[in-house]
Order: sequence, then structure tokens, then C-alpha cells
Amino acid sequence: MVAVSLLEISGLTKRFGGLLAVSGFDLTLDAGDIVGLIGPNGAGKTTAFHLVSGFQSPTAGSIRFRGGSIVGLKPHAICRLGLARTFQIVQPFAGLSVIENVMVGAFNREPDAAAARRLAGEIVEFVGLGPRRDVPARSLTLSDRKRLEIARGLATRPEMLLLDEAMSGLNPTEIDEIIGLIRRIHDRGVTLLIIEHVMQAIMALSDRLVVLHHGEKLAEGAPADVARDRRVIEAYLGEGA
Amino acid sequence: MGVRALGALAVAALLALPPLLPKYHLEVLISVLFFAYLGIAWNLLGGYAGQFSFGHAAFFGIGAYTSTLLLLHAGLTPWAGMLLGGVLAAGFGLFEGYLSFRYGLKGPYFSLVTLAFAEMLRVIAVNTKAVGSSLGLVVPSTKAAAAMFIFSGKLPYYYVIFAMVVLALAFAWRVERSRLGYALAAVRENEDAAEAAGVDALGMKLRAMALSSFLTALGGTFYAQYFAYIDPTITFGPGVSIGALLPAIVGGAGTVLGPVLGSFVLTPVSELTRYALRGRAGADIMLYGAILILVISFLPQGLMGWIRQRRARGWSL
Amino acid sequence: MTGGLLLQAIVSGLLLGGIYGLVASGLSLIFGVLRIINFAHGAVMMLGMYATYWLFALGGVDPYLSIVLTAPLFFGLGVAIQKGIIEPNRAAAEHNQLLLTLGLALFFENLALVLWQGDFRTVKASYSGASFMIGEALVDVSRLVASGGAVLMALGLFTFLRTTDAGKAIRAVAEEPEGAALVGIDVSRIRAAAFGLGSACVAVAGALVTPFFYVAPDVGESFNIMAFVVVVLGGMGNFVGALAGGFIVGLAESLGAAFLPGSLKQLVVFAIFVLVLLFRPQGLFGGSRGR
Repeated sequence: MVAVSLLEISGLTKRFGGLLAVSGFDLTLDAGDIVGLIGPNGAGKTTAFHLVSGFQSPTAGSIRFRGGSIVGLKPHAICRLGLARTFQIVQPFAGLSVIENVMVGAFNREPDAAAARRLAGEIVEFVGLGPRRDVPARSLTLSDRKRLEIARGLATRPEMLLLDEAMSGLNPTEIDEIIGLIRRIHDRGVTLLIIEHVMQAIMALSDRLVVLHHGEKLAEGAPADVARDRRVIEAYLGEGA
Repeated sequence: MGVRALGALAVAALLALPPLLPKYHLEVLISVLFFAYLGIAWNLLGGYAGQFSFGHAAFFGIGAYTSTLLLLHAGLTPWAGMLLGGVLAAGFGLFEGYLSFRYGLKGPYFSLVTLAFAEMLRVIAVNTKAVGSSLGLVVPSTKAAAAMFIFSGKLPYYYVIFAMVVLALAFAWRVERSRLGYALAAVRENEDAAEAAGVDALGMKLRAMALSSFLTALGGTFYAQYFAYIDPTITFGPGVSIGALLPAIVGGAGTVLGPVLGSFVLTPVSELTRYALRGRAGADIMLYGAILILVISFLPQGLMGWIRQRRARGWSL
Repeated sequence: MTGGLLLQAIVSGLLLGGIYGLVASGLSLIFGVLRIINFAHGAVMMLGMYATYWLFALGGVDPYLSIVLTAPLFFGLGVAIQKGIIEPNRAAAEHNQLLLTLGLALFFENLALVLWQGDFRTVKASYSGASFMIGEALVDVSRLVASGGAVLMALGLFTFLRTTDAGKAIRAVAEEPEGAALVGIDVSRIRAAAFGLGSACVAVAGALVTPFFYVAPDVGESFNIMAFVVVVLGGMGNFVGALAGGFIVGLAESLGAAFLPGSLKQLVVFAIFVLVLLFRPQGLFGGSRGR
């Protein structure tokens, strides 16, 4: 029995003028995976996210989600298909409240305002923002904004979520809380592809690690193996990351 | 007294008092509601979608000319001509919007393009004999006929514009709470984040454009029937474009009542200025310019924003 | 379309283009440094024309000579406007800053209307009607002086920006405001100066056209729109582009006038405007910011 993988990236390449940001990147995720995408700064990780989520179009290569090509689709269409993402620098709807922010995502699944509000309310509780549901997003702390970003993505009921450095800028307590949240999201059946620099967190969470360096896949495998891989260590030391 | 009670009182007054008002006051009130209506229509695109059009006169003029030409040449009642004008304007708005948004025009560049389109229509109208060139068109108004949108006296026109304002407000209120309203707010706040959350930014902006231009065109027909005369400068000129955005900005863009509040403040001020400084044309607009500068500088969320802030602080001094 | 008419159209276009180039240069400078589209630009030009008119009517000052007075005066006015109204709102949303300059435009245009009414006024200098022929084309002396003077002033501004310390400071702020602040440039002073310079330019342009153009409160509006078209065409913040764009737009307008009836020539210019905004928003020559 061959199941169709949830996400199949093959030969993904992105060139910006003379700069090769991503080159020949292959990656496959099956439903239920948690994969960590790591690499020194500038390795092309966020570019890969932009390509998969439709914010940029690849120079070459294919991206298949649930068996169908998503290259050339606009971000909102990809989101509706069940692939959601967060941003490295959080992008809340500053003037809207927490619940209203999340409702924007919820409307994808519930066209009726009251139902969207209910769904959003459930997600807001799930990520732990219940007490602050009516607070304007601009008044939130960084840690809460990150939760909000994740909540908005969850409200679209994705099958797969791309998390881009969800833990950057957080203190150890907050990092632990986010790790817990990510685990609970995974328990609800969401497949996760996570970019992260906080090593202990990504090692603890991932089934599998993929290392990008200068836009190319350097290594892939179990976290312990990848951590011992000489090339990976050199890549990080060389970049001084 | 609660806000609801105040509101109900205001509506009751607006319904019951006009027959008692002297002619001049009634005219001013009609003017207030007229600009409130245009402001509500503009607000759908400018306030809710965050796309500031400086050329809404394009839709106003399409509405005014469509219903008037159909009346003059085909004897079609302006009530129907109004709707046709609205559809045409919505079509033009979609065209303008698609070109602009598809090519990623935002902010001031979008404003400039809308300005250019309105000016283009004005120049075309000035140079087209079939629509009366710069002499414009006179709308028949001698024989009163309600079915033909011609009334004797001003009072019926007042109730027409009052109904238009109420309907437009109800519409804006519903949009604000709907999926479209949330989508527009998201696009306005952060377009990329909106897309990532599944909002079709282009589609939503176009929807707002079509609704805004449709409603604005209806205002154009009202103007034509009320004043019984239209020409390119009145209908396609900057006066209407600015007249539509000022009440919304001053009152509070992106709020339901903002444009109404804004018009209730601005229009009487303009009338008073014009009256006090008779023979000094331009004094009222000069004041508008000053008010616009002051509002942007000190009340960037408009009057509604200021009211909300005071309410949040419990109206303490 | 005879050769003579075509020649006349080209000559008229070039003469007009110089003025458009100067007006646009000022607008481009303001955009390059302050990143705002100044809707009040045309209104300042109009005020410059009125200043020239009154100096002539009341003091007998020759329009060209009066530039010595009006240029610094309007530099000062520009600085005052920037410091008093625009700078305090620097952090406001982009569309609000645009509305601010719109408010200024409304205020100035109607101030002129209130003070001096809407009647057309003209400055009849001794050379106002003088002209000569180039082939079959009539060249109006005052238009030639205006165009030439405008180009000279634009080039002067260009040289100032390239060679003087103050000019380099302005360019530094336009290109890299944070870096400029780090090396000790007083960025807010530069912003005020840039607005002042832009205003002085457009006021001078106004002075140059008074010998052949009517003076009225709404006269700035048409130059305003032309200036936007030129700046977009030439590239926002691109100085040479503004000058070149001025000539292109001037030619387009007068060729349009030669071929199209009535006032449809404006359609040619607007069509160019829309097309450039859609398909080449960074302008023909590339600007400091595409969109």
C-alpha cells in the first residue's frame, strides 16, 4: 500500500538574480511527521517556506501537497487547501483584537460569523490566550503575539503547519510553553515543518531533522545522527552561527 | 441616557422635524445627508479596505450621466436608470480596481491612479457633444412625477436621501460583521498576513471596489434629480472626490457612523462659513483644508476614534 | 498634419517641457528625501505666481528679477510648512501624510481665492508678446526664457546636490536616513531644507511662467497633475529623470494637442501616466523606490 505523501518537494530551486537561495531541495513529509528544518543564517530556510506557501514562485522544481501541485497558487489558495504558515517576524492584525485576529482564519472554514467566532474562541483557549481574547493585538507581549500567530493559522484547520522560528526572542519559560503547545498541536493530528534556531527545542520536538546550507540540503535524519554529522558541525562552526 | 436611546431620538428627529424646517435649513440638512451618503460609500473602499481613492467622482459621474441620458433619450425612469448607472459604475470600478490591484498599486500610487481615471472621464465628457460637453445636461424637472424621480418641493428629496443613508448604514453595519468585513480589515492591516490566513486579498479589494462604486453612482443620480443639472466639472471633478472622502476621514474611516458624524460636523460648518463670508468664494473649502490638517494631526482616527477613546476612559476630563 | 504644424508642436512641447521638468524636480526632491507625494506642490507654484504678480503690479518688479526675492521667500515657506505641519506627523500612516498635503493644497488654493478672487490676472512685461520664427514655428520669447531658465535652475540644483556638502547631505538622507543620522547629519533639518528647496523650485517655475500664463487660484492644479505624471515617468526621486520626463510629457501634450481635438490632449498624458504606473512603476529611468 503506497500512501501519497502529504508534502513532496522535489528539486526546488530559487534564484534571485545572481543569488541561488535554494538549490535542488528535496523533502517529503507524511501525515503526522514533525520535521525540523535547521541551518545557519541565510541558508535558505525562510525562502523555502515562502516558496511552499506561495509567497514566492520557484525558479525550478515541484511542490506537491496532498498529491496535487501547488506551484503558482496564491498563498490564500494554498492555505485553503490545508497548508498554513506563520512568519518569522510576527504579523498580527494590530488593530484587531485577539479573537478577531483568529476569526479571520476561522472564516476559511466557517462562513457564518457566529460559527467563526465559536471556532476562533475554541482555538484561542487552546493556545492559552483565553484571558486576553478581547485585547488589541498591538498590546500583546511578544510571546502572546507568537501564540496569536499560531492560533490564526490553526483556525484555518490545516493539515500541515509551517512554523518559522516560533521561539525566537522568547525566554526559557516561554520556550517551554511553546514546545508544549507545539506538541499539543501535533497530538491533534497536524503535520509540522518547523524552522528553529533554539537547538534543544528542535532536537526534542522533531522526528527528523533536515539541514540546509547555502540553499542545499546538507543532511537529513534522526536528530541525534544529524547532530553528530561532521559536515553539519563544520557548517555551523564555519558560519559562526 | 444610553447611546441607543440617543440614536433613536436622533432618527426620530430626522424623520419628524424636516416638514417643520424653513426652506434653507432643509436644504442644508439634505446637503448633510447627501455628503454623509457619499462618505459611507467611499468608506467601504477607503476606510474598510484601506484603499484611499481620490477619484470617486468617476463613479458619481457615471451614475449621474447614465440615469440622465437614459431619461433624456429613452424616457427611462431615473429609479431604474439609477440602478443601471450603479452597475456601470461597478463595472468601471472593477476595471480600475483590477488594473490597480493586479499590478500591486498601493497607498499613494493607488490614490494617484484613481485621480487620473476621474480626470480622464472628465476630459472625455468635456469633449463629447453627445453628453453635452462642458455645457452639461439639464434634467427635466417641471412636471412632478414620483415615478420619474421628480418631486415638487424639497421635502420628498429629503426623505429619499434619508432612506439612502439609512440603507447604506445598514449595509455598512452588516458588511463590518461579515466575512467580507473581517477579510477587508485583515487586508487593510497586513495584506501578507491576510493571504497567509486564507484571505483572497485581490478578490476582497475588488469586492469592496464594486460595492463602493455602485453606491457612489446612486448618489450621482440623486444629485442629478435634485439639482436638475449636471456637467463634467460638477460630476467628475475633484469637488465630489474630496467631498466624499472628507466626512469619512474627519468622522472616522473604517467605522459605520464615522461618515455621518463627519458630515454633520463639516457640512454645517461649510454652510455657515459660506453664509458668514458671503461673496468670499472659497472660504468654506479653505476651512476644510485647515480642518483636514488638524484632524490628521490631532485626531487621526477621526471623531469616532476620539469618542471611543473617551468612552474607554469613562469620559473623565 | 503639415511639417510646419508638427514643428510647432515639437517646439511648444520642448518649451513647456522645461517648466514641467523644473516643477517635477522639486517634487522629486521632496519625494526622494521625505518619501511623501506632495499634493500641495501646485498650490505653492500658484502662490509663487501671485507673489510675482503682486511684486510686478505694486512694485513694478520685473518677473525674472523678482526671483531673487521669491526664491528665498518660498524656501522659507517650505521649511515652515515642513517643520510645522509635516514633520510632527512623520510617523503617521502614509495615506494620512498624503491627506495632510491635500489639506494644505485645499487651504492654499482657497486662501488665494478668498484673498484675490478667481479673476484671471496677467503680467504684461515689456517682452510679454515678443516672438521670433524658427522655420515655420513661432517661438515665444518669454516661453523660451522660461524653459531655458527652468533647465538652468534644475541643472543648478543638480550641481548643488552633487558638489556641495549640503547637497551631499541631502542625497545621503534620501538614500539612507539611518546611516546619515549615524554620521552626524541633522536629518530633520535636511528634511526641512529639502521641502524648502522643492518649494523654491516650484515657486521659481511659477515666476518664470507669469509673463505668458494667466494667474488664478486654480492654476496650480494642472501643473500639479503634470508634475505627478512627470515624476512617475522619470522615476520617483530620480532627478535627471524628472527633467527628461518633463520634456517627454511636454512633447506628448503638445503633440496630443496637435492631433486631437479640444482638450483631449490631456488624455494622452493621463494614458501615459496610468500605463507607467501599471507596467513600469519605477519609471522609465528607474527611481529610488519603485512602489
